Parts: sequence; structure tokens; C-alpha cells
Amino acid sequence: MFDIFLLEAVINGVLLGGVLALLALGLNLVFGVIDVVWICYAELVMVGMYTIWWLFVHYGVPLPIAIAAAIALVSLCGVALHQLVIRPVLGTPPINQLLVTGGVLFFMQAAATLAFGVEFRNLGLRMPIVEVSEMFFSFARILAFGTALVGVLVLWLFLTRTYLGTAIRAISQDREIMPLMGVNPRKIYLTTSAIGGGMAGVAASLLALQYDVHPAIGLSFGPITFMICVLGGLGNMAGGFVAAFVFAQFISVGGFYFQIEWGYVLAFAFFIVMMFVKPQGLFSR
Amino acid sequence: MSEPRAMPLVPLLGVAALAALPFAGLGNYHLHLLINILIWGFIYTAWSIMGRFGMVSLGHGAFLGVGAYVVTLLWNTAGLTPWVGIPIALVLAMMLALMIGYPCFRFRIVGHYFALVTLALGEVVRLTIVALREHTGGSLGMTVEGVAGGTSLYALQFGERGTFFHVALAVWLFGLWVWRIVDRSMLRYALEAASEDEDASASVGVNVTRAKLAITMLSAAMTALGGALYAQYQLYINPETVSGIGISLQIVFAVIAGGMYVQLGPTVGAVITLLLAETLRVTVGHDVHGLDGTIYGLLLVLFIIYMPQGISGYAVAAWKRRRASRPPQAPTPRAAPAR
Repeated sequence: MFDIFLLEAVINGVLLGGVLALLALGLNLVFGVIDVVWICYAELVMVGMYTIWWLFVHYGVPLPIAIAAAIALVSLCGVALHQLVIRPVLGTPPINQLLVTGGVLFFMQAAATLAFGVEFRNLGLRMPIVEVSEMFFSFARILAFGTALVGVLVLWLFLTRTYLGTAIRAISQDREIMPLMGVNPRKIYLTTSAIGGGMAGVAASLLALQYDVHPAIGLSFGPITFMICVLGGLGNMAGGFVAAFVFAQFISVGGFYFQIEWGYVLAFAFFIVMMFVKPQGLFSR
Repeated sequence: MSEPRAMPLVPLLGVAALAALPFAGLGNYHLHLLINILIWGFIYTAWSIMGRFGMVSLGHGAFLGVGAYVVTLLWNTAGLTPWVGIPIALVLAMMLALMIGYPCFRFRIVGHYFALVTLALGEVVRLTIVALREHTGGSLGMTVEGVAGGTSLYALQFGERGTFFHVALAVWLFGLWVWRIVDRSMLRYALEAASEDEDASASVGVNVTRAKLAITMLSAAMTALGGALYAQYQLYINPETVSGIGISLQIVFAVIAGGMYVQLGPTVGAVITLLLAETLRVTVGHDVHGLDGTIYGLLLVLFIIYMPQGISGYAVAAWKRRRASRPPQAPTPRAAPAR
């Protein structure tokens, strides 16, 4: 039997997938190129959300300018993160690189509490609800979905059509040989970190439209973002994109049949099982 | 290696001095701090029993949560004494470790893949607790039903802080003892070999999967015991404080700060983190939320960059260097596992 509520859940899942795909995009790039897991990636997103809230609500800065400022700031944060924290541990065991960004996670979460308190903050905007034949969709999610599509396209064009993009792809394939070919890995890593941070900023601006920001928000988005990247295959943009939609369907449809937490439980359990079946990601050969 | 046999007196005296502490007129506040150090010191020791072999789990909150919630649920709803509840929780935690560990080790999931799988496991347990809100109270947490008078051996509740201190001390000593047993076993050599090179160690007859499973299940059971102990002490549990990514990361980082390759390292980590939080709370006050976390986070980053063996690892290495001019020495403790 045709169930309009199930259809609504599925379409909402697709839209949620857009948000998740956007979140995973920057992390996946950093993951693939520098081979470092930014455990604090979702905290970078939080920085962006706070920046927008602060500029928009406190100083009345117009929203587009606040968003642009946030993207620039988070991009700078990405560069600083790489320069100050990642570079000193690049030669050490990979797990140290993961853990050191975990220290940054604690730092940023606590610093946000220190600066803004534990309250939930929102922009106070009311985004319209789109109604299509008795089904309701959030406009903010549709916007995020569209941005995610555009983001993937732009990133793909950048990576395949520009010299810098080609160098980035090359260095992620062989980091020993490329320096000999005249590519400066330090510059590539910095550029990648800046782009990765900028992507976190873009994600932040779309999340700020539909979620309240609070210091622990990173913990609710962080884990799922890593899972998506790993499930899609580290550094595999297209894989990550598809994985985001698979995850979103689990959450949305699982939440439709049971409760939203069960949806997440199913998604994580699916991730664990997939790690055993296909440890290199969904699309490995 | 471990302490030379010539001086068993020092640890014995230390334990005796610790056991006598509650009679030395310590206030409730200081006893509370000490009990917390012992409980968390035990949990951190449980984590580093596997962590020191390069198996970095970011999901120990899962086992902590199973320990705390299973025991409390059985007590609150069925009136089952923790004396039965704890063994059940330990078995469940070990089954969970087996379920997640066997495929991981069988399919060679190591390094940050292992860390992310365990991270997912922690989230599964936390979200399950939240989703079962009719029984667990969801995110609001649940209170362990107290007994009249506050103290009952049957309910494993001790209103007297001094009594609980001795319980925690015993459990903590048990943790150190297990550490020592593992440290002196063949399992240690097998696992150290496996963490260096899995293929090579498998080719000389190490059953890598079985060795890793054994240590993971041991670590899981001990962590669950720590969770149960924590619940019995606080008499209130909450999915965020006993499960999930926040607490799992806290475990890892306290151990890194303290040092995971030395027996007392995890306990040193518990002392550092608690003292830091308390000092800042007392000097700065309640109003400034997040200051301790900010400093803690900064310290962690510095530790991982400049002192990956932790404070105690660094101290031991310095001590060994000083004695290096004298008779030939046992090898210094390994730094972080090789890539």
C-alpha cells in the first residue's frame, strides 16, 4: 500500500543526506589528501555556526556577509590547525594524529562554553516550510541539499580541471614521489586544509539555518561524519556522497518506523557490519 | 620491566598508608576526590591494558555503559543484588567485546579504522540507552534506588565514604594486579610482536586474533566493573557521563597524559585530570564553565606532540637514563607503537 508518510520520510532522508554529504565533503578531502582524521572537524563547523550567530544577532551584520566571514574564519582555523597541531605529528604513528585533533576537540568545545555559555543559540529566523501534496519539507534542508550538490560539483571541477587540483590528487596517490616531481607538499597540505576548513564553514552556514548552536553540537554531528567518510572509502568523494544518503535513509526511515535514536543505532550498526564486509569502503574493488 | 624484587616493601607500605587514609581524619570532600581517583584510575588501567598494544579504542564508553546500566536496571526493576548483577554485566560486556572484536581482528582492522569502529560501538550503546527511555530514563539518566539507612552489603551501597574508599581501593589494586599479570605473561610478548608486525608474528606462531580477543575481553570486563562501581558510588547515571564519545575520549586522553606503558601511568592520569579540574573549580569558581576543559585540551595537544609516553613514561625514561652509566640495563620502555 502506498504510504504518503513513508514517502515523506524517504524524501526527508534524501534532504538530510544532502546536509550530511556537505559535512563529509571537507573532511573527506583532508582525509584523502593529508591522511589525517580531523576528529575535531565538527567543532570547526561549530566555530562557523557561532561566528554567524554572533555577527548576525549581536552586531546585526547582514546574513550573507556573516556567512562569508564565517567561511573565511573557519578556513583560517583549518590552516592554523594544520600548521600548529598536525604538522608536528605528521611523522609519528597515525593514531597520534587522530588523538591530537581529539585534544583540539576538547579545547574548542570548552572554549566555546567559556565564550558563549552552554545555552542553545539560534538565529531567530523562521525558514519557510515547503508543502508538496500534503508532504512537508524544510526549506533549509532543500537549500542544504542544493548546496551539497553544487559543492561536490565545484570541488570535482577544481580537483580535475585545475593545476592545483591535479597536484592535490597526485600527492594523495603517492606522497613520496610527488615532492621529487616539483610539487611542494607543504603548500598542498596547507591549501587542502584551507579548502577543508572552508567546506566546514559552508556546512556551518547551512546548519545554522536549521539547528540551534551549542558547545556540544559537534558531538552530535561528528561521529556520523567520520562514519560516512569511512563507509564511502577514505578520500573517495563520490563514495562519501552516496554513503551520506545511505546513512540518512537509515536515520530517516528507521526513525519513521521506530524512533529517531533507533534510526541512528541502525545506521551505526550498519556501519560496523559494512566495515567487516568491505573495510575499504562501499565502492572498493 | 617491573619493579626489582629487592624492594617489595615500598608498594606494601604504600598500600597500607593508603588503606589507613580514611582514619587520618580526612574530610568527606577529600575522600570523595580519592574515591574518584581510584575508580577512574581503575577504568583507565582497564583501557590501557589493551591500549598499550596499539589497540586504541575510542568506544570504551560502551563497556562502561553496559556495566553501569545493566547492574542498575537489574537492581531497580527486578531487585536483583549487584552481587549477581555485576557478573551478568561483565559477561554481557565480554560478549559485546567478542562480537566487535572477532571480526575486527579477523579482518585486520587496525589503527584509525579500529578507533572509528569502536567509536561507532560507543555511539550504538549510548543511543540504545537513550532510546530505551521507558526503562532507562533516556537522557535524563536514572537514579540507583537507595536502601534505607544508606548502607547495605546486599545492595552494595555504602553511605559511609570511608567504607566505599576501601572497596574502591581493593578494586583499584585488583586492576594493578591484572596489569602486572599481563605484563609478565606470554600474551604481552605475543601482542607486542603483533602490534609491530602482524604478518611476521603470525608466521612465527602467534595466534594474533586470539591474543587480541583475549586482551580486549579482559579490558571490556574490567571497564564494565568500573562502570558498575561508578554507578554504586554516584547512585546516579546518565548516558552522557557513562557512555558515548565524550567519556570515551576522556578515558583515552587521561591515559595519554598519565602514560600507558607504565603500571601506575593511568592512575597518574586520573590524578592529573581530577586535580586540574578541582583546582580550577576552587580557584576560579563555578561561574566560569569550560576553563578546565580549555586548559585540559591545550595540555593534551602539547602532550601528544612533545611527550607521547605521558608523564610517568617520561619520568621512568629519565630515571633509567640517569642509571644508565651504572650496570647494564633492561631496555627502556617502548615509545608509541611503530607505524
